[in-house]
Amino acid sequence: MALKIVSTAAQKRFPTRHGWMTAIERFDLEVEEGEFVCVVGPSGCGKSTFLRILAGLDHVTGGDVRIVPGPDPSQPLNNVVFQEYAVFPWKSVLDNVAFGLEMRGVGRSQRYERARQWLAKVGLTRFEDYYPGQLSGGMKQRVSIARALTNDPQVLLMDEPLGALDAQTRTVLQEELLTIWEESRKTVVYITHSIEEAVFLADRVVIMTAHPGRVKEEFRVDLPRPRDLSTMATPAFAALTGAVWEALRDEVTRAMAAQA
Amino acid sequence: MSAAKGGARERVPGRGPLPGWVVPGSILLLVAASSQVVFPLWERAWLLFVGVAFVCLVLVVQEVEPRVPMRHRGLYGKALAFGFPVVLLLTWEWLSTSGVLNARWFPPPSQIAVALWELTITYDRFNRTSLIGRPWLLPERLASDGWAGAVALANESHVWATLSRVGFGFAIGAAPGIVIGMVMGLNRTVRMMLDATMSAFYVLPKIAIFPILMLVFANPFGEGPKIAVVAISAFFLVAISTMAGVQGIDEVYLEAGRNFGANRWQMFRHVILPAALPIVFSGLRLALGTALIVIVAVEFVRADRGVGFLIFYNWQVLVTPRMYAALVVVMGLGVLLTSILQLIERRVMPWRRTPDPR
Repeated sequence: MALKIVSTAAQKRFPTRHGWMTAIERFDLEVEEGEFVCVVGPSGCGKSTFLRILAGLDHVTGGDVRIVPGPDPSQPLNNVVFQEYAVFPWKSVLDNVAFGLEMRGVGRSQRYERARQWLAKVGLTRFEDYYPGQLSGGMKQRVSIARALTNDPQVLLMDEPLGALDAQTRTVLQEELLTIWEESRKTVVYITHSIEEAVFLADRVVIMTAHPGRVKEEFRVDLPRPRDLSTMATPAFAALTGAVWEALRDEVTRAMAAQA
Repeated sequence: MSAAKGGARERVPGRGPLPGWVVPGSILLLVAASSQVVFPLWERAWLLFVGVAFVCLVLVVQEVEPRVPMRHRGLYGKALAFGFPVVLLLTWEWLSTSGVLNARWFPPPSQIAVALWELTITYDRFNRTSLIGRPWLLPERLASDGWAGAVALANESHVWATLSRVGFGFAIGAAPGIVIGMVMGLNRTVRMMLDATMSAFYVLPKIAIFPILMLVFANPFGEGPKIAVVAISAFFLVAISTMAGVQGIDEVYLEAGRNFGANRWQMFRHVILPAALPIVFSGLRLALGTALIVIVAVEFVRADRGVGFLIFYNWQVLVTPRMYAALVVVMGLGVLLTSILQLIERRVMPWRRTPDPR
């Protein structure tokens, strides 16, 4: 399969008052076309920084991170589902979802038609005229996901998209996300701090070290698809999460010690 | 009964149950207070007396609330909100007709209402003014003098004079205020250059530059300086809040805009402008309030028409009911202008309306 994302020796340093702070260093990662990769790491390990660089919202200070462009130049390279939803409170649900298309100059009827298709898939058809302020957190994040998918990017980047939700809403959305993804098989890079979520969703789980952020270990998740909640009850799932946790534990303790 | 009472008392934070004698005691005190027998004895301690009466009133009313059925609570709240000022007015009426208050300085509300009515219907021959410009003469004047007649009627109106000064001044000041504020919010260089200067002007009471404006304009007593001082007051307030609004935009919205490929204009139109609007409008509201203060002050000093003039003139000739009536008009103008702004606000920011219950 073709490589979609290539990161070679990526480095990001920030100037601070006490000199340079290295967020990520010698970060190597390759993601194949159509692969769902979850990046897990202790908080502050630079996983969000890496995602922002991928999204073009930030730049590397060394090395190279790029998304290999597809054959269609009009298809956007990436879109982000942000941690804090970042749906625009001043736009209706429909206009939020159609935002990317509007920015690309797609006509009103065409962009609304495509937005409505995605609204239907995330179950928000009834709410297209609502403003985000009238929606719950889970619904807002559905809008945010639909907004990214309507724009049909080559790579979908998700930065702890379910982190702010309660456990039950979270589980429901994980399942919905899987269903949608299994239909489209888009390349996804998904940042999370939940090991269960990572193993449940991903084809591959990448574990990062903290200070500086670097790839520590990778786990291929061979659980059969389509997956659903029953997947979480299998021994294979338990074994994998256990293994991931073993690999992550040292990093978390180290990160906590560094913060203390 | 006792359970209901207990429930009601829990609703008042930081207060234990009242002793049983408080409510009947309060009622007794209120009744005693409003009888003419007690009051003269206490005349010197009236402020204390008012305080005690208010506390008693609150205690009694508080006991009423839990007895109001849940579905009438909204109505009950409104009754309190509107009932209290009515009680205040009635008290004032009673105090000044009974001679406790000096009716020359504090004329009873009924007299003020009469004065307001008289001001509305009469034409002041000495000042050649009227309150609202005698609109009932409009058809007649239009027939005899054409548009000049209508303009003459508008020109004799105090309300129109003040409204037009505030309206034009506010528009002339707020529009460039929004533009400059946006530029300052968006461009670091402009902001660093202008910020100190703007802040310096911001703290200057704008009424203080009125004499300068009178020097600047060809006709120092005309409308020019008055409109200009309102415009300048509005400008700085609006510019500074707009700048704050733009700077305060949550970074994540800007990033989302960029990530979805918005160009500079789209960024402004779809992200920056709507994100800053709530703060821009709070600046506009502030500026409107200030504009009213400034215009009334200016009309005190230098005007032959306008509501401020009307207040000051009636102070000079010692017709206090009319002075109070003019105050009522100022309040009315404030309410009118604020609600116009609110209407615009709701139209421009439909997402800020109260969320529908789902």
